[in-house]
Amino acid sequence: MFDKITYLDNAASTRLDERVLEAMKPYFFDTYAVATSEFGYSMGIDAKEGLMAARGSIARTLGASAEEMVFTSGETESSNMALKGVTAAVKKKKGSHLIVSRIEDFPVLNTAKSLERQGSKVDYLNVDSEGAVDLEQLESLITKETALVSIQHANQEIGTLQDIKAIADICSDKDVLLHTDATHTFTRVPLDVKKIPVDLVTISAHTIHGPRGVGGLYIREGTPIEKWMDGGYQESNRRAGLENIPGAVGFAKAVELVTPEENAALARMRDHTISKALEDIPHVTLNGSRISRTPQNANLTFHYVEGESMTLHLDMRGFAVSTGSACFSRSLEASHVILGIGGDHEKAHGSLRFTFGRYNTMEDVDAVLSSLKEIVEKLREISPLYAKSR
Amino acid sequence: MLKAGDNLKFPYTEKVLEHFRNPKNVGKLEDADGKGLEGSPACGDMVAVYLKVDPKTTVIDDIKFESYGCASNIATASIITEMAKGKTIADAKKITWQEATDELGGLPPVKRHCSVLAVEGLRSAIRDYEEKHGLVSEQEPTTEEVVRSRLKHVMNPMAGLDIVRTELVTKIEVKEGIVRVVLDLPSSHQFANAIKEDLVEKLEALWDVKEVKVVFTEG
Repeated sequence: MFDKITYLDNAASTRLDERVLEAMKPYFFDTYAVATSEFGYSMGIDAKEGLMAARGSIARTLGASAEEMVFTSGETESSNMALKGVTAAVKKKKGSHLIVSRIEDFPVLNTAKSLERQGSKVDYLNVDSEGAVDLEQLESLITKETALVSIQHANQEIGTLQDIKAIADICSDKDVLLHTDATHTFTRVPLDVKKIPVDLVTISAHTIHGPRGVGGLYIREGTPIEKWMDGGYQESNRRAGLENIPGAVGFAKAVELVTPEENAALARMRDHTISKALEDIPHVTLNGSRISRTPQNANLTFHYVEGESMTLHLDMRGFAVSTGSACFSRSLEASHVILGIGGDHEKAHGSLRFTFGRYNTMEDVDAVLSSLKEIVEKLREISPLYAKSR
Repeated sequence: MLKAGDNLKFPYTEKVLEHFRNPKNVGKLEDADGKGLEGSPACGDMVAVYLKVDPKTTVIDDIKFESYGCASNIATASIITEMAKGKTIADAKKITWQEATDELGGLPPVKRHCSVLAVEGLRSAIRDYEEKHGLVSEQEPTTEEVVRSRLKHVMNPMAGLDIVRTELVTKIEVKEGIVRVVLDLPSSHQFANAIKEDLVEKLEALWDVKEVKVVFTEG
């Protein structure tokens, strides 16, 4: 039917880069030992060196030192570790109050809810119609008992970038720890922990053509954090479990392969998608900010039609995109992000998210939009709302 | 190598996909004898059904639908219009969600809600026809229970479920043709008007209802 699949859901997962796989291979077949101390056997010492080199180069990307970077199994584990680990460490001395934004991704949002059930008081920060958090509200909510503030660097669905510098300054003035989930910005949007006083940063390899199942948590030196998963003494006794050395090496390679030119190319695809959709198709609105958004994300609502119907038609034509419609989600709940920015179910119902990656081209953008124009027209033909609007 | 087209893993049967791709009886009948609208745009899927009925035989001569919904909603509406066409309204009323689903070769269980809406759309179009043509056999007086069951078709846009199940309705009173509904919502709420309009439309259609009063709870 089609000779090509066009994958435009790179915020969910990405195609592995072959060069990443090549970098990982020796750690599966030759240097497969656990990382040992320098008094161990040769293969274990080699493995440890590979792990250390990966740690160092990933940490440098954030302006951190190698010791401040802990490898994890990905975004979910990193954010669990940050919220649960810090809360456990400071709750006796300080308190267990948490502040998170309303539009966090599930690793932060549901960890906060879980801590709430265990007795933490949690405040959910409001965001404006573009998804930026209310800084005044943040300032007013911080108390002496606040254990941690957790606000994402950019949103997973609408790509909105937070003013992380302003957030970090507020937290540091009030002497409160700050965690940020940077899954959707790491290597795409600069974040330097030397310049911005964040204390913990979640990162992941799966959004940058690295292996899935590998992530990291930056923990600023001196940050109180308790080990939340019991087991061995790996990662300087901060994260138990056999180190995923091939994964760590692959993550470092993936980081190395992202270039400013690539990020600029993604931004061009994003901008082209947004302006072409708004120009070519009537009744379309942009979700999020036109300016303050990640280079790879475009999220638009096509009014009077439903998201799953659009994604299914697109799939039949070889395009993979996602939607915030309740019909598409496993929970049958409409996107909490679209509702969080003040949208209603109707806005979520017809929303589509396009996220670009290394293997997409400008031709892909033109192709998906020309298919989408036809699909939206076809679905509007049968929509009772569209008939009403005319 | 993964190629599009030869590797589609849809949770839907070929029949569902066929009705989704090329839905039957799509559109609107401007001079419809009966019409039904179920669901609400503020919270999710919506379906409209239009009927032309032969007054002598009560056979459904023509039927059309419009959908603002997902694949299950479109496919169920398409198949149910095919099933109802040519049947008397008495027979068409008896078509169940299960029969429509079976005809489609099955639907994923989580999609039940979206497809039930299509069946309800047909039934409400038939009810509309019956009410307009004095065919409601025993004119059941409107009681609190009747009102409650009608209000289960009014959606709460904040939850995506109806206003009865989400406990927005705190009180219903029926007295001499006047229905009074108390909602646990301030009148300044962003969805207050949308809910009120939908609610009034659903209750005014009842034969013995003269007036619908909606009371909001402030503060």
